[in-house]
Amino acid sequence: SCDFAPSGSFSPFRRLPLPAKRKYMRSPLSPEMATQEVPLNETLAHLKTESETLKLKLEEERAKLHDVELHQVAEKVEGLGQFVMKTRRTLKGHGNKVLCMDWCKDKRRIVSSSQDGKVIVWDAFTTNKEHAVTMPCTWVMACAYAPSGCAVACGGLDNKCSVYPLSLDKNENLAAKKKSVAMHTNYLSACSFTNSDMQILTSSGDGTCALWDVESGQLLQSFHGHAADVLCLDLAPSETGNTFVSGGCDKKANVWDMRSGQCIQSFETHESDINSVRYYPSGDAFASGSDDATCRLYDLRADREVAIYSKESIIFGVSSVDFSLSGRLLFGGYNDYTINVWDVLKGTRVSILFGHENRVSTLRVSPDGTAFCTGSWDHTLRVWILMC
Amino acid sequence: MAFGSQLYSWITQVVLPHFVFTDNIRWGGVMGFKLEGESVDKGMMGNEGRLTQSQIEDILTRIQDETEGVPIRTVKSFMTKIPSVVTGADIVQWLMKNLSIEDPAEAMHIGSLIAAQGYFFPISDHVLSLRDDGTFYRFQAPYFWPSNCWEPENTDYAIYLCKRTMQNKTRLELTDYEAENLARLQRAFARKWEFIYMQAEAQVKKKDKIERKILDSQERAFWDVHRPVPGCVNTTEMDIRKCRRMKNLHRVKKSVYGLTEEGKQSQSPIHTFFQHCPKGTKEDVEKEISFLKTQLDRHCMKMSKVAESLITYAEQFMDYDPFLTSPEPSNPWTSDDPTFWDLEASKEPSQQRVKKWGFSLEEALKDSAGRELFLKFLESEFSSENLRFWLAVQDLKKMPQEEVAQRAEEIWAEFLAEGAPSSINLDSHSYERTSQNLKDPGRYSFEDAQDHIYNLMKSDSYARFLRSNVYQDLLNARKKVRKPFNINGF
Repeated sequence: SCDFAPSGSFSPFRRLPLPAKRKYMRSPLSPEMATQEVPLNETLAHLKTESETLKLKLEEERAKLHDVELHQVAEKVEGLGQFVMKTRRTLKGHGNKVLCMDWCKDKRRIVSSSQDGKVIVWDAFTTNKEHAVTMPCTWVMACAYAPSGCAVACGGLDNKCSVYPLSLDKNENLAAKKKSVAMHTNYLSACSFTNSDMQILTSSGDGTCALWDVESGQLLQSFHGHAADVLCLDLAPSETGNTFVSGGCDKKANVWDMRSGQCIQSFETHESDINSVRYYPSGDAFASGSDDATCRLYDLRADREVAIYSKESIIFGVSSVDFSLSGRLLFGGYNDYTINVWDVLKGTRVSILFGHENRVSTLRVSPDGTAFCTGSWDHTLRVWILMC
Repeated sequence: MAFGSQLYSWITQVVLPHFVFTDNIRWGGVMGFKLEGESVDKGMMGNEGRLTQSQIEDILTRIQDETEGVPIRTVKSFMTKIPSVVTGADIVQWLMKNLSIEDPAEAMHIGSLIAAQGYFFPISDHVLSLRDDGTFYRFQAPYFWPSNCWEPENTDYAIYLCKRTMQNKTRLELTDYEAENLARLQRAFARKWEFIYMQAEAQVKKKDKIERKILDSQERAFWDVHRPVPGCVNTTEMDIRKCRRMKNLHRVKKSVYGLTEEGKQSQSPIHTFFQHCPKGTKEDVEKEISFLKTQLDRHCMKMSKVAESLITYAEQFMDYDPFLTSPEPSNPWTSDDPTFWDLEASKEPSQQRVKKWGFSLEEALKDSAGRELFLKFLESEFSSENLRFWLAVQDLKKMPQEEVAQRAEEIWAEFLAEGAPSSINLDSHSYERTSQNLKDPGRYSFEDAQDHIYNLMKSDSYARFLRSNVYQDLLNARKKVRKPFNINGF
């Protein structure tokens, strides 16, 4: 027998050579100095100092407005009683880790994607599978349902986001009508339709987000600013807004203006990758979940972290978060196979849910808030409700 | 596009990703078959596990502390001694006390996860979970901890299985899946089996009885993690998005027994993926400075005000949140009856839904029935062109790129041009800006105008709408008082 391993001579994989470290660099600013080599370190060091000073000043200014904690003001709010939540549907059919899911606007259908390349559309209410597509790549990390309910988008290690129109004819091969929309230079981590079937917003391991026109595949806007992989995004819920938030491996959550491509706000308080971001239903704040085992709430008007949801006994990362309809509850799916339910205002945990047999990788509340769905590395999806 | 580059694209984008990340091929080891429990995406080495790992290791140190930890002792059993063990119940109790856990089920769960990662293990079986009873557990040697970045090779696994067969103890007999694995490895490593056998023999010969008991069990627990029992969760599996940025690349340990593979790199191709160029160029810092200056100019709200606002919103929508207030007639998921959804979709909105339109203009416009009623009201006031303009611009933004320019011009003609049939009133500034934008019409050409009109409706017509007969009649149609449940008990 032979041992198969990539040896030095035969390497079928593209390798980007790392940039050589250069101590001196030509200054690009003034043509007269073109032939002079300016020591890179000096000017850069000055700028970095200026940046650090500004950061400190900004923190000072923000701290002045931090007159009270959210949970303190929330003491006057009535406490939530005992919650019992149970799995009401279990969807079996994926042959490997479920990585992502999304709800249809009809409040009962969902699309899910998994590591084995399969994308399945279910009527979760009846648990029937309605469509299935096999992607040409494994690790389909992102999927989304179109607002019309007539198409789904998905992608992953193929670095693309493709749209599949859903046919009423069950026998029709969906892959035939597939449309390639987005092209990134690294894996697709998340995708979402805007409020129309005609535009898709994507985030990628290449560190960027992008807005695409579905019909033509044209790039409408790109968003640069993250210093590492972007793992998640969420569109602001407002009818009038044009913003979205993204989270990345650089521990930052950035808020973007879709029109200009500019980053308008940035938050960096997590201690590790941000795996999930979701807006508070009013659109004035958003929650994040991270590998540092905490969820946090950031308010856009205060431009600050306003709450942190953590416990000594929770030491595994958060993979996904979503709010209940009123924003009072925050559901978090964790890498320790559980779901923790948080009282957003008081900062306490109201429930811990067991059931999945491996990591919870994705979690979304249904469009009318009647249930939430989780997907897991145990190959299943579960729909959870409040028992009363 | 030339055939060559098409082929290249196809290879790199379609063939290779599948080729690399399919579970059927194990890099750096044996080709062709997958050993039970093996996966390409291995290792707790990436960033995602780092913080969790250090938390666990902190717990491990504290739990074995002489004064503050669990009682670890040697237990006499039949004619033998069982060294260095602690009961599951003791561990559960310690976790509850030291991690502030109230429910023993939670302590068992997190304990089981820590065990599954290989930090402690039951001495009598292969199943790495924590039981709240007298079952004996032993702690894993730091040498075998996941933070040492183990990616043990199949040669090591072969040596280990060989060792097991050399000891004539029933408790060390190979299980079915282990026997199968050994058979496969013997076929795959046929050429170097003598080497493997000799290594195994050499290792079996040393150490005193007690020390060997402990080491044997720790070694076995290590392999239970890296070659798990079929059906058990493989805790060394990783999220592929996090694999690439492994900081401990150079620290990856491949051989448990100190062997080195003959002249092979044995690096998983995952490790050779693109690295992000480190940020910190002058341009980046300049951008950052400019951004920070903008942030400093931002006018922000006080926390107290922000808190009030978040609370107000949550309280306002409490009645509409199915996790706080039961939907009527029932939650479809609970009762398996979709009537609730049918009612929501019907043309006759419930009183509760009508009430929501009064919360904000945004809420009224979100709901198609609310939009319709508001439009009807505006028509009665002969000011419907404002809402129609706003809706037209919303639609414009949803259109395919190709159709945008033309639609934008149509909107201009309908609402803003001189002598427009549905002329809207804009302030001169917005009008100027919009007119300029239309020179190069795009989906955001009407943003200023749309904002202005929205604010106009919000401050003027919307308030009158709420006081109007059409709205009030609908609102008061059914005066039913519904109590929200689940506040301080049922």
